[in-house]
Amino acid sequence: MCGIVGLLIKNPAMRGQLGALMVPMLVQMGARGPDSAGLAVYTDELPEGERKFSLYAPDWNYDWSAFETEFAKRFVDTASGTAGGMDVAIIGNHAVLTCDESVAEVRRWVKERFPKLHVLSAGRSMDIYKDTGHPSEVAQRYGFDSLAGTHLVGHTRMATESAVTPAHAHPFTAGEDFCLVHNGSLSNPNSIRRKLEPLGIKFETDNDTEAATRFLEWRLREGDDLETAVQKGFEELDGFYTFLMGTRDQLALVRDAFGCKPAIVAETDDYVAIASEFRSLAKLPDVKNAKLFEPMPHELYIWKVQ
Amino acid sequence: MTARNITEDKAFDLAQTSVRELNDWLHNGLQDDGVSHVDVLNPEGAHNIAVGINAAVTIDVRGHAGYYCAGMNKFADITIHGNVGWGVAENMMSGSVRVKGFASEAAGATGHGGLLVIEGDASLRCGISMKGIDIVVGGRVGDFSAFMAQAGTLVICGDAGDALGDSIYEAVIYVRGELKSLGADAQIEPMSDQDKQKLRGLLQRAGFDHAPEEFKRVASGRTLYHWNADANQEY
Repeated sequence: MCGIVGLLIKNPAMRGQLGALMVPMLVQMGARGPDSAGLAVYTDELPEGERKFSLYAPDWNYDWSAFETEFAKRFVDTASGTAGGMDVAIIGNHAVLTCDESVAEVRRWVKERFPKLHVLSAGRSMDIYKDTGHPSEVAQRYGFDSLAGTHLVGHTRMATESAVTPAHAHPFTAGEDFCLVHNGSLSNPNSIRRKLEPLGIKFETDNDTEAATRFLEWRLREGDDLETAVQKGFEELDGFYTFLMGTRDQLALVRDAFGCKPAIVAETDDYVAIASEFRSLAKLPDVKNAKLFEPMPHELYIWKVQ
Repeated sequence: MTARNITEDKAFDLAQTSVRELNDWLHNGLQDDGVSHVDVLNPEGAHNIAVGINAAVTIDVRGHAGYYCAGMNKFADITIHGNVGWGVAENMMSGSVRVKGFASEAAGATGHGGLLVIEGDASLRCGISMKGIDIVVGGRVGDFSAFMAQAGTLVICGDAGDALGDSIYEAVIYVRGELKSLGADAQIEPMSDQDKQKLRGLLQRAGFDHAPEEFKRVASGRTLYHWNADANQEY
């Protein structure tokens, strides 16, 4: 069992409250997933040439200054003597690095020079925080209640098929600005993996959800739209799932054909909120007057940031 | 001997009181206190509200309830003024449960008796393995409803999803709307006068004024009752 939560703010005046509105949702889903929690939050998009990277370090008191110094040395602009637009925002064992270097080059360099650091995500609008611990502790640890942005995807985990580590916590990401959380379990993650690895797609964990994430992101990168990618997912991914996906400007939800895992949606003029159960939505403003519905199995639901 | 005041009302606010305290009182305090009506306030999707009641009491749940609401009910009449999560009135024995909104999956699962009314839609597996309960759904039901239903009646005033009545035993289904597909061994049968009479009674008790003539009867073809060695496992 796991819990999923998603929130997309329609009313721009409320985007500063994105995190504060979400925290009670996540904490309520702690009962479905008490061992780890995570969140992908989408903020204003960086300019075309810039990228941000969410980094995870093995301990809370990690020496990020050494990383910053090395990064500036490697990517220093020799003409001006400064690293172009580099910024590192640190919360304990997480940091968000913003720079104007290529994703592939930064990933390669981090892996080589700082093998203990884990690149959680890359893109122009998404930050990721995930860790082990009860969702209420994780939310407090990273100050989820102060996060602002347009939409987010969150997860509370009760591990059933792989280890409880920060890397196994959701959301999983692949490519840029794409993330996925999962309630359920897949029965063929290894065959998916054997299909993708010869195409040069690398895996970082043995988790089943990572296989689904990389499969769908691969389809999107190959030019499928989300509908087509999910349709191929229906054919290839075997098991139980409610998937909630985030992209730069949308949230997408899909449930397996047997509706094995729950989901409920509340929509008002101000927001769209998605969760495993209604109790997660109960504290949202004006939820009494929200349009509430249960998404149908085997159908794709997409909500776009306006 | 003094006459007991049996008209007393009592309210539990789940913003202040735990579901465990509520259920403990419903099991152990209710009859001693002589209460006949209970309001449950601020349910906010909590699980297991008013489960395992064994007394003739009327309960109004004022909002949306979570999983297993009114499960194992005996004698009580319970109304949920909102939606319910999975397994409402699961394994109900007697009494009645009314959901004013929609019900999530497995509504009335394994119910032995009593009446479950869902005024809105019911999700997948409504009435799965029902064993004598009567269920009336005002809207549509999801896929695999009445799967392996053994006894009782499922009335669907709206449409039915895929695989309705798969592997059904002696339960009977009445469908008013479109039927997406029948499950293995379920078949449409003619409506007899007895069917119409039973259906009229259930619709009346549930508060729907549809004519029984608008419904189709779905019941078991009884081809799966006995092991068929020649079937080659092709069902």
